[in-house]
Amino acid sequence: MKGFWPIYKKELYGMFMSPIFYVVAFFFLLICGIFFNYILRQVIMVSYQVAQNPELAQNISMPDLFMRSFLWNISVVMLFVAPLLTMRLYAEELKSGTIELLYTYPVTDLATVAAKFAACMTTFTILIAATLPGVIMLSSIAGSSWKPIVCGYGGLFLLGCSFISLGTFASTLTRNQIVAAIITFGILLVLWFIGQAKSSASPLVGSIFGYLSVSDHFEGLAKGLLDSRDIVFYVVFSAFFLFLTLRQMSSYRWRG
Amino acid sequence: MIEAEGLTKFYGPRGAIRNVSFEIDKGEVVGFLGPNGAGKSTTIRILTCYMPPSSGTARVEGLDIIEDSLRIREKIGYLPESVPLYKELTVRRFLRFAAGSKGVEAKKIRSEVSRVISACGLEKTANREIGNLSKGFKQRVGLAQALLNNPSVLILDEPTIGLDPTQIIEIRRIIEELREDRTILLSSHILPEVAQICRRVIIINKGEIVATDSPANLTSQLQKTATIVLEVSGPSAEFAQALENMSGVQKISMESNGTSKFEIETDPSVDIRPEIAALAMQKGCGLLELKKMQLSLEDVFMQLVTEESTVEGAES
Repeated sequence: MKGFWPIYKKELYGMFMSPIFYVVAFFFLLICGIFFNYILRQVIMVSYQVAQNPELAQNISMPDLFMRSFLWNISVVMLFVAPLLTMRLYAEELKSGTIELLYTYPVTDLATVAAKFAACMTTFTILIAATLPGVIMLSSIAGSSWKPIVCGYGGLFLLGCSFISLGTFASTLTRNQIVAAIITFGILLVLWFIGQAKSSASPLVGSIFGYLSVSDHFEGLAKGLLDSRDIVFYVVFSAFFLFLTLRQMSSYRWRG
Repeated sequence: MIEAEGLTKFYGPRGAIRNVSFEIDKGEVVGFLGPNGAGKSTTIRILTCYMPPSSGTARVEGLDIIEDSLRIREKIGYLPESVPLYKELTVRRFLRFAAGSKGVEAKKIRSEVSRVISACGLEKTANREIGNLSKGFKQRVGLAQALLNNPSVLILDEPTIGLDPTQIIEIRRIIEELREDRTILLSSHILPEVAQICRRVIIINKGEIVATDSPANLTSQLQKTATIVLEVSGPSAEFAQALENMSGVQKISMESNGTSKFEIETDPSVDIRPEIAALAMQKGCGLLELKKMQLSLEDVFMQLVTEESTVEGAES
């Protein structure tokens, strides 16, 4: 992994120097804030209604209901955010020709891919971590358990890994950042909604759809249910696309 | 030390270079010359391990470009043709990144960066963003990153392209300073530049090497006739007649316009200027100019490149 740190630092610096990050962060946090407020109101309303029916109240945990809806909404916003964070990773280097520097410096292709992915994950983690204070505050007021928060945010992180690995790969396919973002967004949308198509497909195809769907695997984690199958899915998904990125980069070298 | 053996590269069906072989000894400064699109950058990109050749092999400092790619890249300082730089970084930050990537120890990065900054005269611009620098300074930053970690081999692809004359002189001065105990390969399509800096030139055209020698040898080899330019006062048909009959003279062209100008092609092995001068005195003509034309590297280059294309034209 020779050369990981310098590239990681350069990528982070480039990320924080670009206006894209700040614009994306602003709207991401604004929208998350709106959802936070809206969902909290909804949950409070539901809890009023439930309070009149004690039997029902025993089966519904209000903090869990809130967490599930909130995380679900963040994950949808991430569909839009991830392509914007990843689009420049390789496309910019290909366009400006700086890839020639990276390729002729004594750093391995693996270190480059890993450093770019790690830098993007770092910014992404900062973004989702910025939504944590509200959640933590709420949960300490409500006196609810920490486990769903840890599980849910862990799930968000894994979901982000898969989105960003896909985006990193898409960024190697073109010199044009906008095209890279659209490819990422398109594939993500397909993989997101494929889960909903499973009911209309045959049982075999339906189960394959369900397994491939990035959203289905998140459902459990958002509810606070830790299932190793979901974790394995995201890890394999990310590793697969990072591997493709690596292959694409060596193929780029051969084609010249 | 650089050795290339039968390097061939295809981009799809299009061949960029064919069977390129040459050797550059340690400490040599070699010019790599050719018109645009001749395959200079392709060859250089193979040597710097940017891309592998379709066939053939090359060694840099005795290491194979495919098997020891990483170790070669540690030893090479490379300035790519388009001088790609990270525009959003400042000069110093970019050089720190480059130093780290090139394997300079963390403790030495600061001093190494300061060293190349002063070597390339970048002190005043060190804290400016690269995107805001002029072309000449960007070129210096490119050169500075190539010098990091003190590489024993320097490969510069068109280091002076697009610069104004003063900037070209500056860059040339920097390269002059670098030459001691380094192997330098410098590509260019500007001939005087190469003739000034390099002791040996490799001329490539349409993907093939057409000549390798010192500028002086190339000139003398290709000089089949020597040309003497002569100007005398007064119209003198008699003098012209006498010149034509002189031994060693192969061809004469004359232009009269108050004075008479002659271009005399002679055998390059003998210098007949004294005889011409004596003849002019004898015929009573005032001698205004008498000089031997030197075939410049430019002529050599044109000759090699056009010879090649006429041969190709004849084939097709």
